[in-house]
Amino acid sequence: MLEIRNLHANIGDKEILRGIDLSVQAGEIHAVMGPNGSGKSTLAQVLAGHPAYEVTQGTVLYDGRNLLEMDPEVRAQEGIFLAFQYPIEIPGVTNAYFLRSAYNEIRKAKGMPELDPLEFLDLMEEKTKIVEMDQAMMNRSVNTGFSGGEKKRNEILQMAVLEPRLAILDETDSGLDIDALKVVANGVNALRRPDNATIVVTHYQRLLNYIIPDRVHVLAHGRIVKSGGKELALELEERGYDWIPGAAA
Amino acid sequence: MSSAIESLVNKEYAYGFVTDVETDSIGRGLSEDVIRLISSKKNEPAFMLEWRLKAYRRWLTMKEPHWGNLHYEPIDYQNIIYYSAPKSVKPLQSLDEVDPELLRAYEKLGISLNEQKKLAGVAVDAIFDSVSVGTTMKEELSKYGIVFCSFGEAVQNHPELVERYLGTVVPHSDNFYAALNAAVFSDGSFCYVPKGVKCPMELSTYFRINSADTGQFERTLIIADEGASVSYLEGCTAPRRDTNQLHAAVVELIALDNASVKYSTVQNWYAGDSEGKGGIFNFVTKRGKCAGVNSKISWTQVETGSAITWKYPSVILQGDNSTGEFYSVAVVNNHQQADTGTKMIHIGKNTKSNIVSKGISAGHGNNSYRGQVKILPRATNARNYTQCDSMLIGNQCGAHTFPYIEVQNNTATLEHEASTSKIGEDQIFYCKQRGLSAEHAVSMIVSGFCREVFQNLPMEFAVEAQQLLGITLEGSVG
Repeated sequence: MLEIRNLHANIGDKEILRGIDLSVQAGEIHAVMGPNGSGKSTLAQVLAGHPAYEVTQGTVLYDGRNLLEMDPEVRAQEGIFLAFQYPIEIPGVTNAYFLRSAYNEIRKAKGMPELDPLEFLDLMEEKTKIVEMDQAMMNRSVNTGFSGGEKKRNEILQMAVLEPRLAILDETDSGLDIDALKVVANGVNALRRPDNATIVVTHYQRLLNYIIPDRVHVLAHGRIVKSGGKELALELEERGYDWIPGAAA
Repeated sequence: MSSAIESLVNKEYAYGFVTDVETDSIGRGLSEDVIRLISSKKNEPAFMLEWRLKAYRRWLTMKEPHWGNLHYEPIDYQNIIYYSAPKSVKPLQSLDEVDPELLRAYEKLGISLNEQKKLAGVAVDAIFDSVSVGTTMKEELSKYGIVFCSFGEAVQNHPELVERYLGTVVPHSDNFYAALNAAVFSDGSFCYVPKGVKCPMELSTYFRINSADTGQFERTLIIADEGASVSYLEGCTAPRRDTNQLHAAVVELIALDNASVKYSTVQNWYAGDSEGKGGIFNFVTKRGKCAGVNSKISWTQVETGSAITWKYPSVILQGDNSTGEFYSVAVVNNHQQADTGTKMIHIGKNTKSNIVSKGISAGHGNNSYRGQVKILPRATNARNYTQCDSMLIGNQCGAHTFPYIEVQNNTATLEHEASTSKIGEDQIFYCKQRGLSAEHAVSMIVSGFCREVFQNLPMEFAVEAQQLLGITLEGSVG
């Protein structure tokens, strides 16, 4: 589904990604771990098409198509979803309106009919249950005045509604207490299907107790320095990163 | 900034056309003779001419105010044509007699003076250059005893009402532009809603400047008698021209005991080109007086046009328990400048005022909010809430806030909140990552920012206002 080859990316003059190779198949969950500043979030942002990053080398194929040529909104319409590490506030725009607009844009891109507000309300009733969220949240402005946990839950809600083929969770676990963490993980697991895939970017192993990855990758200095099965995450938890060749600071 | 933001804020001005009608204009310049000529052309009673001359003599002693945060070349008041009227105008029995060219001009503006508006339940008075060319729905309104007509007709048919209320809120000597207006105003709209009558439809005036080098000086007077209520809409456009044109209007609102007046404006005068050439100089005095107990006056404005806007719709809260409101969205782009806000003067007991101002600056635009809240000694338990938010689009625009607060009664409660934000790449990226186009994202963000103001516009104008900002209404009602 996703083929990343020798991906290099800069922010300004600074090279952050220095040759990433990663292959993700449908139905898989991949965890990308690594110390602070290793380039985890950059990888997530580059896949989503953030304009601040410049890709200098390499290719990314998504279902065999050149992902890097697509505008961010096209990537979203094609099923790529990024759960933001720091979700953005949009004052005055209700969560319900925002999400319905996004949902309908994506439906439109697929040639499907748009949902009217009432039909969408029914869909929301079902989806808010997945993340144990109060319906009243839908009438609040997008992320405005939300607590850290509410923002992260809101990202997962959006994911549940938009049903992406490839979801990228960027440090979704940071700042969550254990209950919120479970809610987020249950949300991700409930949405797992044979034809979609998830990349979980995280600093801690904790989230991976609840979302069991098929593959774990260690990112350091802009490269993947080690890959393994789910047990690699446990080993990292125990031993840190320094024992891995190429990961030392 | 991203191209989508630019294309959104750089929408072409759609109303820049000129209509070819024969006009009856007088020569350039201003003198007592010109004023006498205007007054005689309007066949006015003596009290009107005296009032005009008094204003003119006062104006001669006044200086153009320069305290606004505005920069422009000096205005040559002797190089302006003070009266221009479509030639065919004579007392009209019905709209069928209106010059078809004028009707076509209004059709082009999307203002039908004929059937559609009737269906929409809006009565329209259309002002072309300096005179009213037609008022719709008069008969229907007269059933309720409501007078809605051009100012000129009101002077002829209801001189007692005009004499009683004219200048009682904005005196002839109020300020430089108001004095100029009092001296030379040639028409405008007039509305009187009698005791206990709730006006059954929206009333609307559409102002259009057409002739070159003409100043537009209209005057609107709205009176809601005891227990009456009325909602009034005002729209304005002008052709695209290279020279600046002066617009110095006055609006006076009066609400007696238990009466309410809601006044909404969508101001879209030609703003000049992207280099700042041309455009309307909009120097307007708007003021309402809550003269009676429990009365209410509410201003809502969406200001997107004009090269320069200088405008402070205000409320004098004289009656006990009266309420004043001001909701404003002001947008500046290219080289537009706006210095706008409100004054809330609390005189009566338990008076309340509410101010919500949203300024949006793009391009090289410069936007200033200037607001005064004054609590006088007798105004026990007065309350004011002010919220003043600015949004910046790009790096070369400016936003300023100048609040003036004066409290002379220590039982008053005042709150002031202000914020400045910038549409960021991150906000746009977030929306794009959810599948929305950048243009959709910007209009959504701007619409969200203006939400509290749009909610206060009558439906019809809310749509126009949203379109002006390139926004869909859905954004604010979710």
